[in-house]
Amino acid sequence: MSTTLLDVRDLVKHYPVGGGLFGRRAETVHAVDGVSFGVDAGETLAIVGESGCGKSTVGKVVLGLAPPTAGRVSFGGTDYADIGAADMKRVRRRLQVVFQDPFSSMNPRMKVRDIVAEPLENFGVIDGRSAITDRVRDLLVRVGLPADALNRFPHEFSGGQRQRICIARALAPGADLIVCDEAVSALDVSVKAQIVNLLLDLQAEYGLALLFISHDIAVVEHMAHRVAVMYLGKIMEIGDRDVLFAQPAHPYTRALLSAVPVPDPAVRRGRAALAGDLPSPIDPPRGCRFHTRCPLAFDRCRVDEPALRAVGSGRLAACHLDQPADA
Amino acid sequence: MAALLEVENLRTHFATRNGVVRAVDGLSFHVDAGETVAIVGESGCGKSVTSLSILRLVDQPPARIAGQIRFGGRNLAALGEAEMRDLRGNEIGMIFQEPMTSLNPLLTIGRQIAEPVMLHQGLDRVAARARALEMLTLVGIPAPERRLDDYPHQLSGGMRQRAMIAMALACNPKILVADEPTTALDVTIQAQIIDLMRDLQRRTGSAIILITHDLGVVAEMAARVVVMYAGRKVEEADVATIFTDPRHPYTRGLLGAVPRPGSRGTNTRLAEIPGSVPSLIKPLVGCAFAGRCPKAGDICRRAAPAWREVGPGHGAACHFAAGAA
Repeated sequence: MSTTLLDVRDLVKHYPVGGGLFGRRAETVHAVDGVSFGVDAGETLAIVGESGCGKSTVGKVVLGLAPPTAGRVSFGGTDYADIGAADMKRVRRRLQVVFQDPFSSMNPRMKVRDIVAEPLENFGVIDGRSAITDRVRDLLVRVGLPADALNRFPHEFSGGQRQRICIARALAPGADLIVCDEAVSALDVSVKAQIVNLLLDLQAEYGLALLFISHDIAVVEHMAHRVAVMYLGKIMEIGDRDVLFAQPAHPYTRALLSAVPVPDPAVRRGRAALAGDLPSPIDPPRGCRFHTRCPLAFDRCRVDEPALRAVGSGRLAACHLDQPADA
Repeated sequence: MAALLEVENLRTHFATRNGVVRAVDGLSFHVDAGETVAIVGESGCGKSVTSLSILRLVDQPPARIAGQIRFGGRNLAALGEAEMRDLRGNEIGMIFQEPMTSLNPLLTIGRQIAEPVMLHQGLDRVAARARALEMLTLVGIPAPERRLDDYPHQLSGGMRQRAMIAMALACNPKILVADEPTTALDVTIQAQIIDLMRDLQRRTGSAIILITHDLGVVAEMAARVVVMYAGRKVEEADVATIFTDPRHPYTRGLLGAVPRPGSRGTNTRLAEIPGSVPSLIKPLVGCAFAGRCPKAGDICRRAAPAWREVGPGHGAACHFAAGAA
């Protein structure tokens, strides 16, 4: 029986924009609009979706970097709303992050040793300068860097090596869950494979859970245990990877998966091409948020918002169609 | 049939404070009329510098372009700037990765599409505007007559890329240089743009040089593929052969490193290419890939491999290309 490490219930995150100065009416970006999911210990949940779907905002709220507008987030049974800063720090020790751009997520004036040592010192994991240095050296070697990386600066490393440093920093305080926000998206193909393999190895070794936020469907299919598909601040479908990729239930999931170019010229697949663009999250469509681009939309979709419901094989999908997958 | 564009021994070197960067170092390839040739490789392999060199959009100095770029009986590498201007946006169209920075934010979309038509084809304002409208319709922009007077910021990313394509094709170019045309776009929008480019190519018959790092996009669009590494061509073949019978260890490495849709399995590891790209400042002795190659032998570190034909239209720069089936 696996234990739920991270639990997110009915999460809403709105951002006010505009307004003020010239008396224009303030508007609201509905970045995340009622999202629920859990991540078990040792599991990878991927959140996929296109720009502006709210996947990174979910990551920010989970990390405690932005307060939720409504809804609850709890980690290891501790609800963020019930605790003060001191307890939050205890949560943050076990909850770490790797961002997309390894060029801007490290202080260029700090040596690698100090970058990786910082969480060890902050959270008081180990005491004593030399003990900390020893631990940092072990971590660097574990993520595949030479031990002499300690005394060098980030600019001396390539993109892939920098991402390894960021991973070492995330591991340092003994994380149970790492939020990977497009952690491999900026990397070249051959280096991306190195980092994906490293994350899988570390997960197996330390029993890490990953909240893997990405728009790279192929990498998600390779790495994730479960997948949540987001569109305009909502989860459209969530379920086991194998089922979701083999029989996508939601029309958006199907369109998203079929849009990914296959690296095999022999495959000429029929594409469920989506017309049009993403509507604005400032004024999301009424009813189902996907109805403006959905090839199967009917009257009800324009007025009535579908709730997530079980559609078989442990999947949940937010669609009015009875059996959207086989329709 | 004579090739439409023929690049021979292209060298684009940049003088920098730290030394000469050999961004493109002896590249040869050709493009036939109406054909799509993809140039693939990772960051720093010289694929974008190749496209910019063909368009002569690199500043000289610090760059120095040497070699031949033959197009329509002329050598673009040696052409005067005025003559180059006549070609650019006219017989040679171009699309770049980021439509927001390639469009002028202060001019309407219609004006920007009409401008090259007026300049190169001598159409008057009214006729050029009609041509712009026709192009916007062709690239599938909804309500095109209204969009003519919109500014770039009023369009979404996908619409802007469509507008860029409309502008690039407005003068019926013989060849279109597309540098990562879908990389900045979301997948569903990328799928739209790929379909659009394929469809337009069928209708206009223009050739395309497609610069990309995405092997999925290559498989969907290209007829022939040139694989670049460290400024050099390491392999070339038709698209089916590249994917089924790659001969260069780098091409094999690239293909193995990409997760395939449908090949699920958290337990399977992706094939890695160890290490990273060599510096282009130090002169490369031997094969540029030797330091990362699983098959490298002594000869690879000593001598740069010559180009070897391994099949019709299929060649690789590897000492072991012939035997490695």
